[in-house]
Amino acid sequence: MAIAETRLIFKHIDSPGYTNDIDCYLKNGGYSTLRKAITMKTAEIITEVKTSGLRGRGGAGFPTGVKWGFIDPTKNTKPVYLICNADESEPGTFKDRQIIHKDPHQLIEGMIISCFANNVKLAYLYIRGEFPEGAKILERACNEARAKNFLGKNILGTGYDLEIYIHRGAGAYICGEETGLIESLEGKRAYPRIKPPYFPAVLGLYMSPTIVNNVETLCNIIHVLQMGGANFAKLGKPNNTGTRVLCVSGDVVKPGYYEFEVGALTLGQLIYEVCGGIKNGKKLKAIIPGGSSAKVLKAGERYKIKQKQADGTMIDVDLALEDIPMDFDTMAAVGSMAGSGGVIVMDETRSMPECLANISEFYAHESCGQCTPCREGSLWMKKITTRIRDGKATVEDVGVLKNVADNIAGRTICAFGEACSWPVQSFVTKFKEEFETVAGNGAKK
Amino acid sequence: MSCEVKVSKEFESKVDETITHYPVSKRSASLPLLHLWQEEFGYVSNQGVEWIAAKLDLQPINVYELVTFYPMFREQPAGKIQFRVCRTLSCALAGGYELFDHLKKNCKIEGDGHHGPAVSPEGKYSIEFVECLASCGTGPVLMVNDDFYEQVSNDKANELVKKYG
Amino acid sequence: MSCACKNPFNHDLATENTPMVNVQIDGEWVQVPKGMNIVAAAERFSKFIPHYCYHPKLSVVGNCRMCLVEMGTPKMDANRQPILAADGKPEIGWMPRPQIGCATQVSEGMGIRTNSPLVQECRKGVMEFLLINHPLDCPICDQAGECKLQEYSFEHGQSNSRFIEEKVTKPKNVDIGERIVLDDERCIMCSRCIRFSKEFAQDDVLGFTQRGSHTTLAVYPGKRLDNNYSLNTVDICPVGALTSKDFRFKMRVWFLKETKSICTGCSTGCNVLIGSRESEVHRLTPRENEEVNSLWMCDQGRLGFHEIHDENRLTTPLIHGVKSDWNTAITQLAHQLQGFKPEQIAIIASARMTNEELFLLSGLRKALGGESILCDIISRTGVADGILRSADLNPNTHGAQLLGIANSGKLEEIRSGVTKGSIQALLIFNETPGEAGISLESLKKTALVVNLGMRLNGLAHYNLPSSSFAEKRGTMINGKGRLQRLNRALSAPGQSRDDWEIIRDLKAAVGGGNGIHTVEEAFKAMANVVPAFKDLTIHKVGDLGIDLTLSNSLV
Repeated sequence: MAIAETRLIFKHIDSPGYTNDIDCYLKNGGYSTLRKAITMKTAEIITEVKTSGLRGRGGAGFPTGVKWGFIDPTKNTKPVYLICNADESEPGTFKDRQIIHKDPHQLIEGMIISCFANNVKLAYLYIRGEFPEGAKILERACNEARAKNFLGKNILGTGYDLEIYIHRGAGAYICGEETGLIESLEGKRAYPRIKPPYFPAVLGLYMSPTIVNNVETLCNIIHVLQMGGANFAKLGKPNNTGTRVLCVSGDVVKPGYYEFEVGALTLGQLIYEVCGGIKNGKKLKAIIPGGSSAKVLKAGERYKIKQKQADGTMIDVDLALEDIPMDFDTMAAVGSMAGSGGVIVMDETRSMPECLANISEFYAHESCGQCTPCREGSLWMKKITTRIRDGKATVEDVGVLKNVADNIAGRTICAFGEACSWPVQSFVTKFKEEFETVAGNGAKK
Repeated sequence: MSCEVKVSKEFESKVDETITHYPVSKRSASLPLLHLWQEEFGYVSNQGVEWIAAKLDLQPINVYELVTFYPMFREQPAGKIQFRVCRTLSCALAGGYELFDHLKKNCKIEGDGHHGPAVSPEGKYSIEFVECLASCGTGPVLMVNDDFYEQVSNDKANELVKKYG
Repeated sequence: MSCACKNPFNHDLATENTPMVNVQIDGEWVQVPKGMNIVAAAERFSKFIPHYCYHPKLSVVGNCRMCLVEMGTPKMDANRQPILAADGKPEIGWMPRPQIGCATQVSEGMGIRTNSPLVQECRKGVMEFLLINHPLDCPICDQAGECKLQEYSFEHGQSNSRFIEEKVTKPKNVDIGERIVLDDERCIMCSRCIRFSKEFAQDDVLGFTQRGSHTTLAVYPGKRLDNNYSLNTVDICPVGALTSKDFRFKMRVWFLKETKSICTGCSTGCNVLIGSRESEVHRLTPRENEEVNSLWMCDQGRLGFHEIHDENRLTTPLIHGVKSDWNTAITQLAHQLQGFKPEQIAIIASARMTNEELFLLSGLRKALGGESILCDIISRTGVADGILRSADLNPNTHGAQLLGIANSGKLEEIRSGVTKGSIQALLIFNETPGEAGISLESLKKTALVVNLGMRLNGLAHYNLPSSSFAEKRGTMINGKGRLQRLNRALSAPGQSRDDWEIIRDLKAAVGGGNGIHTVEEAFKAMANVVPAFKDLTIHKVGDLGIDLTLSNSLV
C-alpha cells in the first residue's frame, strides 16, 4: 500500500494480543501520560492543547483548546462538568465502537487528563444506548482505574478527586448535539437548547460551565501531552493537525477504519489505494465524505477553490474529486465537510433517489420535533423523496423538495436543520436529471 | 403517588445505587432507571412510569415524555428474541432491507417493524428496523437482544435464529 | 411592582435602572433598554415581529422560528472601536443567518431588520411548515378570529398549498381537564401551555409525547389539567388546540363586544374583558394590568359570571310576592321604613357592592336614623393560593370599611337582634339571610324584610331586582388598596335597575333628594366627603386603576 497509516488513536486496536483490560493497557505504557499531566499546571495542559491545534472530532471541527479556554476559572464560582460524547450515531461513522470495545482505557485516561486540566470533579460518559456491551466495558474500565487510584478520591496522591459515571442514551441521534445531550443527561427529552444564551461553556449541565468532547478528541489529549502540543501540530497540516480516523463504508473492496495524518491523503487515494477501489469492478458514482449529513460529492466533479500556501498566500487551484485532500478546510472549501470522518461510497449502479430516500427517512425519524422547520420539513422531505423513489412524483416535486430543504437550513435551533437538508440540497442539485427522470418512473434497483 | 407494583429488593437497591451517580439532580437518573426497568420487566408499563416518577420526585408525565421520545424504550413487550436490524444507508447498500425481510419471513412475523417491534404470533420473536448501529463498514448488521452481529448474510441469520431459538 | 402574582419572567418590562442602548431598527436609530429581547424592544416602536412560542411572561424556548430577523453588530476597527459610517452612526456587520428575536438581547450599536426580504422569506417558510399538517377546520374552530395561524397566514403566508402528502393524524377532541378540550392536530407545539402550567400555575401536568412530526401534547393517563388557572392556557394558545368547554361552539369571537372591567370573585380584583353579545355575557378574559393580575386570572373568577343568566333571577320588583312597579315599591317601602325607630332597623350590606352604592347606602342609613341603625357586611374568607386568589373573597372590603358600612362585630348584634325581635326592619343588600346566619324562624318574625339583589328571597316583604357586576358601573378598592372601575357590558334584564339608583331613590323617598343623577355624580359626592377619594373622579381612575395607598394614603 502506497500510503502508510499513522496510528495514534488506533495504535493498539486490532494488534494481536492486545486486550481491553487495564493490565494490558498499563503494559503498553497506559496512564503514564496521566502521571505526567498531574505534575503539570492545569494552565500548561490547556496551553499544550491550544498549541496542538487539535480540532474536535465530533463533526463541527471546533478547536478543542479554544473550547476549554471559554471556561474562565477566575470568573466561575460554579462547578465545571465534562461530558464525553460517546453518542456516535452519524450514519457512516464507526470509530467510537472500536475505541470503546478495544481500548477503553485510552478514552478513560484521556477523560481523566481533560478533567484534571479543567478542574472537573464530576464527569459523565454519555454512551449511545445501542452499545450495551460498550457500556459494560467502560464500567469495568472505570472500576479498574478506580482500583488503581487513577480515578476517585485523591488521585495518585495529588489531592485531586474525580468521579466518572457511564450514562446510557436510548436511541436518539439528536443526543449527539451537545446541548441536546445535556438535556438528555438532565433526564429530559433531548431538545437542543437555544444558543444564545445556553452555550455549554457558560450554561451547560445543571446550568454550570460544561465541556462536551467527542471520544476521539479526548483520546487525542493523551497524544498531545505525550508528544507535546508543538510536535502534535506537526502532524497533518496547519489548522488541520493530528490524525484522523476515517471510516469507509459502501461500495468499496475493503471498507473499514483507517487512521491517517489529517490531509495526508486524497479522497482518491483513500478509495482506490487504501480501500482497494470500487467493488466488483464498477465505477464510482458518488461519495458522502463526512457522515450522512455531509453534502454529497459527485464523480467527475471539479472544484475551483482558494488554497492557502505555506507562506500564507492564497492561490487558486482546480481540484478533481479524487484529488481532494482529506482535511477540514479543503472539505469545507469544496462545499462539503470532513464532519465525523465517515465516508460512504456509492457505485454507478446505485439510485441516488433511493439513497436520498434512505437518508431522509433517517432524519425524519431522528428529528426531535422541537422547532418548526425541522419537525415539519424533515418528514415532508421524507415523503417527497419516497414518492420520487417510487416513481409517484413529478418534476415539480423535485423543485419543491429542494425548496423545502432551503427553508430548513440555517433556520433551526440546532445543526440538525443543516444535517437533514444538506443531503437533499446536494443530491437534488447534483443529480437533478436522475431525480427528475425517476420521479415519474421509479428507481431501478 | 401510590403504586401497587412490587419490585424486588435487589432491583430497588440497584436503582438506589444508580441514583447516587447523579448527586446534583435525581432527575438525571430517569434514563438509567428506565433502562433498569425495561431490563427487569421487558417493557415500560404505566406502572413503571409511575414508580420511577415517584422514586425521582417527578410527575409521571415527565417520565412518560422520555418513554415516547427515546426509541429504545417500549410500552409493550417485544419478543423473547429480539432482532434489531440496521436500516440506514451503508447497511441498506449492503443488503439490510433484504436481511430484514428474510428474518421476518423466517420468524413468521407480520407487521411492518419500522421503528417499533413487530412480534411473531407466539411472542417468541420480534423484529424492528433501527437506525445506524455504527458499524457501517461491516454491514448489514443487527442486534439479537444485546448481542451485536456483523456482515449478517441470510445463512448467518438462519444460524442466529437457531442459536437463540 | 405590586402585582398580586409573580410572573416567572417579565421579558417585556425593564427594571428601573436599566441603561438604554442605541439600536438601529429598520434603518432608524432608537433607544431601548439594554438586554431586552428584540421582539419586546421592537414592539416599543410599533414594530410587530410575529411569534408563536415567545410569551413575555414565560421562559424563552425559541422553537417556533417565526420571529427570525436579521441582526448585526457594529463593525470594529483594530482597536476594538466601532467603525462609524458617514452619518456618525456605527457601521453594522450583518450576520448571514437570521436570528430569533425572542432570544436575542439588544446591545449597543445593534442593527435589526424586521421586515427584509430574507425575513419575509423565513416567515413564509415557517408559515408553510406550520400549516402543512394543520387541519382545515377553521370554519368550526373556536379560535377563528383570534387565531395567530390565521392572522399571520394572511400577512405572511401563501395562498396555494404545495403539500400533497397525507397529513399526520393525531388525537382530536381529547378531554384533558374539567374545563379544557385538546385538539392535537391543531397544536403547533409552541409549548406555551406546558410552560405556563409548570412555571406559573406550579402544576407540571402537560408534556409532549412521541417526537418529530408526531410530537403530541398530552397529559399523563389519569392526570388532568384541572388547576384553577387552566383556562389561561386557552388564552395563550395561539391556535385552536386548547379550547374552553364553557365557551366552545357558543359564539364567534368577532361578534363579541369587549368591555373593560374587573373580576369581583375575590379581593384581588383581576382586570378583565367582559365578552358579551346583546344581553348575554359569553366569557371573561383577563386584561393586562401589571399592577394587579398581569395577564392572568383564575378559573373560578372567570366562570363566575354564569349567575347573571340564572333563569330564576329576580327581574321584577315584588311586594309580598306580588309583582309591582318601582314607583309603588319605593314609595310604600319608604313609608313603611319611616314607621320604625332607628334601633329597630338593621342593614346587612355586601362588600360586593361598589363604593358608590355603599356611599349612597350610608346616606340612606343617615336618613333613616344614622349610627343607631346597626349596619355590617358579611365577610367571606377562603384560602389564598399564593398566585392570584386572595383569602378575602369580597371584592370591596376596603370600600365597605372606608364608607362605614363594614362595622366589625355588628353582624353578630344584628343576628341576635333579629332573633330577640328587637330588630323589626331588616334591609339585606346583595346578600342572603342564610349567609348572615339568620334563621328562617327569626326572619319570619321580623316585621319588615327587604331584599335587594339578583335572587328572590321568599320571606322578604320587598324584593328589589338589582344589577350584576357586568351590568353596572362604579368603583371598588381591591385588597392591596387599588381603586378600580367596573363598566357596564350589558343592561340589566327586565325591570332590574342599578343598585345605586334604587338606593338613591329610596333615600330620596325617605329624606329628600340629593341631586345625584349619574354614577359620576355619586362618586363626586363621595370624593367630597371621603378623604381617600379626594380630588379623584371616575374618569381619573382610568382603565388600570389608582393605588390609593400611594396617592391618598389609604391605610
